[in-house]
Amino acid sequence: MTRPGRSELVKVGLFAAAALAVLFVPRIVSDFRAQQFAYVGIYLIALLGLNILTGYTGQISLGHGAYMAIGGYTTAILISDQGLRLGGHTFSGDMRDVWTIPLAGVVAGAIGFLFGFPALRLSGLYLALATFAVAVATPAVIRKFEGFTGGGPGINLFDAPGRTRPTETTDPVTFETVTEPIRVLGFEIHSFNEWLYYLCWGIALVMFALAWLIVRGRFGRALRAVRDSPLAAASSGVSLAKYKTLAFGISAFYAGIAGSLLAIATTFVNPETFPIALSIFLLVGVVVGGLGSLWPLVFGAIFIQFLPLWAQSISKSPGAPSVVYGVILIAVMLLLPTGAAGLVRRVGWAASRLVSRT
Amino acid sequence: MDYAQFFQQVVSGLASGAIYAALALALVLIHRATGVINFAQGEMAMFSTYIAWTLTTNHGWPYWGAFAATILLSFVGGLALQRTVIRPVERAPVLTIVIVTIGLVLIFNGLAGWIWSAEVRAFPTALPNETVDVGGVAISIQDLGTLAIVLALVVALWAFFQFTKIGLAMRAAALNPDASRLVGVRVGWMLAIGWGLAAALGAVAGMLAAPTVFLDPSMMQAILIYAFAAAVLGGIDSPFGAVAGGLMLGVGLNLIGSYIDFVGADLRLPAALLVILVVLLVKPEGLFGKPIARRV
Repeated sequence: MTRPGRSELVKVGLFAAAALAVLFVPRIVSDFRAQQFAYVGIYLIALLGLNILTGYTGQISLGHGAYMAIGGYTTAILISDQGLRLGGHTFSGDMRDVWTIPLAGVVAGAIGFLFGFPALRLSGLYLALATFAVAVATPAVIRKFEGFTGGGPGINLFDAPGRTRPTETTDPVTFETVTEPIRVLGFEIHSFNEWLYYLCWGIALVMFALAWLIVRGRFGRALRAVRDSPLAAASSGVSLAKYKTLAFGISAFYAGIAGSLLAIATTFVNPETFPIALSIFLLVGVVVGGLGSLWPLVFGAIFIQFLPLWAQSISKSPGAPSVVYGVILIAVMLLLPTGAAGLVRRVGWAASRLVSRT
Repeated sequence: MDYAQFFQQVVSGLASGAIYAALALALVLIHRATGVINFAQGEMAMFSTYIAWTLTTNHGWPYWGAFAATILLSFVGGLALQRTVIRPVERAPVLTIVIVTIGLVLIFNGLAGWIWSAEVRAFPTALPNETVDVGGVAISIQDLGTLAIVLALVVALWAFFQFTKIGLAMRAAALNPDASRLVGVRVGWMLAIGWGLAAALGAVAGMLAAPTVFLDPSMMQAILIYAFAAAVLGGIDSPFGAVAGGLMLGVGLNLIGSYIDFVGADLRLPAALLVILVVLLVKPEGLFGKPIARRV
């Protein structure tokens, strides 16, 4: 483990400050906005994972929606108990369904790791298209195995008798669903959306810290070496196979967690929850945030969550929002070809030059 | 297995394969020159098809007149697109250019819905809706015509690259841009012509596909995926491979779909993709691509 330097301690401090700020957002914004910000957290997790693979290791994946689907369905099947009794353990109250999240990550991660082996033989666009193929095939495969996945209609997570959303309980007398606030450390979480926000961002912060630990030390250096010069990496004793497959596994683990949270957030999953467009927009988010960056990915996550909504609010005529979205996407790429991270770097240089001059 | 039915499946597979081949060839053209996969190729083709539809249905043009005009307009449109949108990001990382083409997907898809509404429409065809008898097997003229048009186009394109000065310059620009620039090839314009040709090829694919898949803004999405698959199967740098890959994919999809019960209609696409994955694992550079020599 690399010993932290002074600049790294500053980073830890900034991270703690950001984490505190994240905690207070639902106190300021409306319930509806809290839900939207929860989605930003979910996308951030997926982008962090995809960036470890594409940004740091140089392996393009156009199929991360498929790993999100694996994570989402793992959680959905476990929560709704679709004829599958794993664990059989029920937690009480707010913690009840949360245990399925890491499991979803592990399942997706294992499958991603295994996919990494055949992917070793492919590079560049061939890999991109092979992963794209997986994403394209996913909805059809989900529909085909309907006994397990619920087919086209999908699975409703909190629909089964006695199953309610985490901030709700069923009244034992009237069988009506009543809202029951959750208390954590003096906080009171009133609504499902607020609960969702804390859940998603709590996990996103942990995953962010984890990503930072992954890319900062020896391991991250090896990943970058594999990306920049496979030849040099291999001749310095870095095993290409080991790092590429591990990067696939880690990245899919992140996607699985994000998919699991997406399933909980939408409270149902069906083949349309994880369309091909999701995989493509994840790549858009990584490039808009900045390949090989960490915190600028927040901009990528905000971009893919809010831009479609904003485009829709501009014009109601059919097709127009899509045009607005496309024009803005191209404009961003023309102005910031290296994403938000590139802009941040440029501002940083300008600032440091200004400081050194005075 | 019924012989006549098998033969019909093969011919109709060749016809749809020809459409995948045309679009795959468009992808290969752009990829060879710039190393970029143009995700908007399908939506550009769809947009061209709408132009052809407007010309025939709203302005009363004869079919072949509209066909030719659409090809020409698409060529100019593709050229203009490269000069205005792609050129500014030419030096950016490849992924940035790919994202720009995704932006184009959204724009063309949205524009088509905006201008012509998302309603599904019938598209005219000049080929008679009849069958000819070949050795006791009824073959659709529509299928034969589609195949013939695409093959004629491929030959014309091959002749263009082989025997014209511009074709030679385009090959040179794709192979070694710096050296070509030194001998006076205007590399930027060659790339733009490449985009124009790709758009024109896409327009043909769209107009040939529209009578069967019908005209709507998402008509080319599945076809684009098949074209990707065809290009990868044949080797993304090989024009011949793209055509062969398209035809093989068309026939393969039809046969898998009709003769393997488990696959049926729903798993046709995943099955085809699985086959391609396997091909890639055995031959990572595609069936007709040149292997990249590497020593470690």
